[in-house]
Amino acid sequence: MTTATASVLDNVAFDKEGFMVDAHAWTPDIGEAIAQNLGVHLTDRHWIVINFARKEFDATGQSPTLRKITKSTPVDTKEIYALFPGGPAKVAAKIAGLGKPTGCI
Amino acid sequence: MDYEMKPPRKLCIISSKGSLDMAYPPLILANAARMSGIEAHLFFTFWGLDIITKKKNNKLNISTVGNPNMHPWFHIPTLIGVLPGMSAAASWMMNREIAKLDFPPVDEFVQLVMDAGTCVYGCKMSMDMMKLTKEDLVEGADVLGAMEFLEIADGAQVLFV
Repeated sequence: MTTATASVLDNVAFDKEGFMVDAHAWTPDIGEAIAQNLGVHLTDRHWIVINFARKEFDATGQSPTLRKITKSTPVDTKEIYALFPGGPAKVAAKIAGLGKPTGCI
Repeated sequence: MDYEMKPPRKLCIISSKGSLDMAYPPLILANAARMSGIEAHLFFTFWGLDIITKKKNNKLNISTVGNPNMHPWFHIPTLIGVLPGMSAAASWMMNREIAKLDFPPVDEFVQLVMDAGTCVYGCKMSMDMMKLTKEDLVEGADVLGAMEFLEIADGAQVLFV
């Protein structure tokens, strides 16, 4: 399992903060492996957030703001902080393979 | 991974002004801190208390008198600004612009930063002076003295707004 996930990330480029350099190279398997490295065990609730963020990125070319995520999905503010400990904006963007979010909210 | 190994950061903000324009900076910074995984504490004192006072925090106004910094197309000359309703009109316009940027109104924003894990406190001395009790504040806000706040602020980056 460990070797399998390590190989998924072998050909993926990250910047020095741990965000994927090329968001288009992301796959759900890569997301799963990044989450594992960050100590996050992905559940269906996490995938609601990740899938929404990916959909928004495909539509707008940007990471959605947390407010956009909590307003547009059943995951509210309290839950998103519980799902992605250590700062949901950055952690969720990393797992979704997106760049560092620039929104202020 | 190396980039996760920094020591945890902590931000303490003292909010002392209760006008509409001065309510947003501490809330935006506290929220940004929490989004980035930084511990955040908000201490409301003097007029800043209005921001966490249930009866007042959705009725904050911007001053139209003696305020030279308003956006050009918000701009209202002081002599006109004293007329009844001018402050309310300017506040209405600012609230509308804030909503366009998808920032919530003040009461909702306070709830948002608290849901995000920001600790919120009312200044005990100011509350005594304004005859406010803990029940007047938004749910979840604590009452704190200045010395206790400084204990919490130990090792934090402190901002006075």
